[in-house]
Amino acid sequence: MKYCPTCRGSCVKLSSSLASTLPPQTSRGRHLTRDFLWKNMAVYGPVVKIHPVVLASIADSYERRNEGATRVIGTILGTIDKHSVEITNCFSVPHNESEDEVAVDMEFAKNMYELHKKVSPSEAIVGWYATGFDITEHSVLIHEYYSREAQNPIHLTLDTTLQNGKMNVRAYVSAQMGVPGKTVGVMFTPLTVKHIYYDTERIGIDLLHTTCASPSRTNGLTSDLAQVGTSAARVQDMLTTVLAYIEDVLSGKVIADNSVGRCLMDLLNKVPFIPAEDFESMLNSNINDLLMVTYLTNLAQAQISLNEKLVVL
Amino acid sequence: MLAQHSTVSLVRPCFLSGSQVVLKIIKHYQEEGQGSEVVQGVLLGLVVEDRLEITNCFPFPQHTEEDADFDEVQYQMEMMRSLRHVNIDHLHVGWYQSTFYGSFVSRALLDSQFSYQHAIEESVVLIYDPIKTAQGSLSLKAYRLTPKLMEICKEKDFSAEGLKKAAVGYENMFEEVPIVIKNSHLISVLLWELEEKSTVPSKHELLSLSSSSHLEKSLQMLMDRVDDMSQDIVKFNTFSRNTSKQQQQKHQYIQRRQQENTQRQSRGEPPLPEEDISKMFKPPQPPPRMDTLLIAGQINTYCQTVKEFTSQNLGKLFMAEALQGHNS
Repeated sequence: MKYCPTCRGSCVKLSSSLASTLPPQTSRGRHLTRDFLWKNMAVYGPVVKIHPVVLASIADSYERRNEGATRVIGTILGTIDKHSVEITNCFSVPHNESEDEVAVDMEFAKNMYELHKKVSPSEAIVGWYATGFDITEHSVLIHEYYSREAQNPIHLTLDTTLQNGKMNVRAYVSAQMGVPGKTVGVMFTPLTVKHIYYDTERIGIDLLHTTCASPSRTNGLTSDLAQVGTSAARVQDMLTTVLAYIEDVLSGKVIADNSVGRCLMDLLNKVPFIPAEDFESMLNSNINDLLMVTYLTNLAQAQISLNEKLVVL
Repeated sequence: MLAQHSTVSLVRPCFLSGSQVVLKIIKHYQEEGQGSEVVQGVLLGLVVEDRLEITNCFPFPQHTEEDADFDEVQYQMEMMRSLRHVNIDHLHVGWYQSTFYGSFVSRALLDSQFSYQHAIEESVVLIYDPIKTAQGSLSLKAYRLTPKLMEICKEKDFSAEGLKKAAVGYENMFEEVPIVIKNSHLISVLLWELEEKSTVPSKHELLSLSSSSHLEKSLQMLMDRVDDMSQDIVKFNTFSRNTSKQQQQKHQYIQRRQQENTQRQSRGEPPLPEEDISKMFKPPQPPPRMDTLLIAGQINTYCQTVKEFTSQNLGKLFMAEALQGHNS
């Protein structure tokens, strides 16, 4: 990719073949920033769906890397669909990298894959990952190896060096480029990355996220009633934000947005209108059920402790 | 009324370093566990001073039909050897298991935990409840055997006298270890990134009012256990009745013997030889106490879970009432 002289490197001028793959309004001639590119680049190839467990494992292996290593690599496992690749697991592979050569322990990779297959037989090698910002020449070699293991392997990068102040997750697929007949080169084309979660994973991530807030980065798992309390506090925060927005609109500070208004209407209509006596009776019956259950469990506990004492006599 | 269960935590907490342990356990159950089967795995980490730190984990395959040629120990050894190459702690400090509605107190668990704890004093078993987690709050608890129970397991003396000597009640079987999750700065950055980019909004399952099916199922399991318990009690009652009947019979026999002997003496005949009483009246087998203890422990766990659940639901109901009160 050539760098544009006018903005000194922060945009990229495209070669004509690539530019033709973009949707018409972003055609050649415009100065495009890199970020814009990543968002609008043609989705050549499958959509990559990543589970958070993969990213957490990669970050952890990066933290445990050997002295002197600048990045870690490893294999990613997952399932391939018609239009998407779902990445569900990964493991790191020891490797040595220097200026002119790179050595990857392939035996190890094979062994680990066999072990992993015993637990989840449906997972297959879909590619490999590397931490770091950019793609180096060594990556090409490693990618070549992995293309022997899997069809069209995906190369995933996790930017642990935090360039641009963000930890970017990118996925690439290799494509041949060059003039036929002459030396053929390899180009990595980017793919769209989506983060997907199982329900339980989402709830787990929510909890883990609370550790970010505390100064010692720790969090104990709280008791159940306290959790209801925190959830309620969150809903309360959201309500205050919405109220502030409404105040602003009413006083004219912000222009009203119709779609937001429709959502608010939905929200208000969601609370069901139940006549007071019916609601009272429903509430009371529910409370009675819960109290009865509490009473019965207390009874059961008293029973077993009594039994214990009697037996020991 | 709302009995808050505050586990007296004189126990030092165990640390979960990094989020990958939690996420891996969740993923393992999600992908490989169906219905009421349990999934298990090994926890890796290190013991720092007297504190336990868990840094990684790996799953165990399910027990399938190819049990014959699958060697669990070999799998574990190979896994740990490989992980050592990538600088992951290879000391296995415990194990994790998923549970179905909170039923995990069993003989198998006791045995496994005993063997782990025998090797490493600080090891824990992490119980992950996927159904409770799906209801809104991550349910991960760590347990360890109390020293008293360890003593008993060491002696392998599970009879009534042994248990009485050690004074182990169902409440002193397991001690709960509070868990603290620790994340490094890098992982914190990752979590913030995920938060920003997540397409799935955060779940508010916790505030949903319709969780009575969960309650029903828990109560059903509780009832089953109480049935088991009552059967056990009946067995014990029959045993004690039999022993007392036998004692009576023994007494009677001895008395008759003595009477006969005095009669014979009075008549001048040699007394009848003393027969071995214990051979005649074989004492009945006392029923094993360990199972009762386990059932009692399990009932206790169910009760605690149900109570936590009801306290949550009552809170939610009162919130709903407040909301209605505003509207009407």
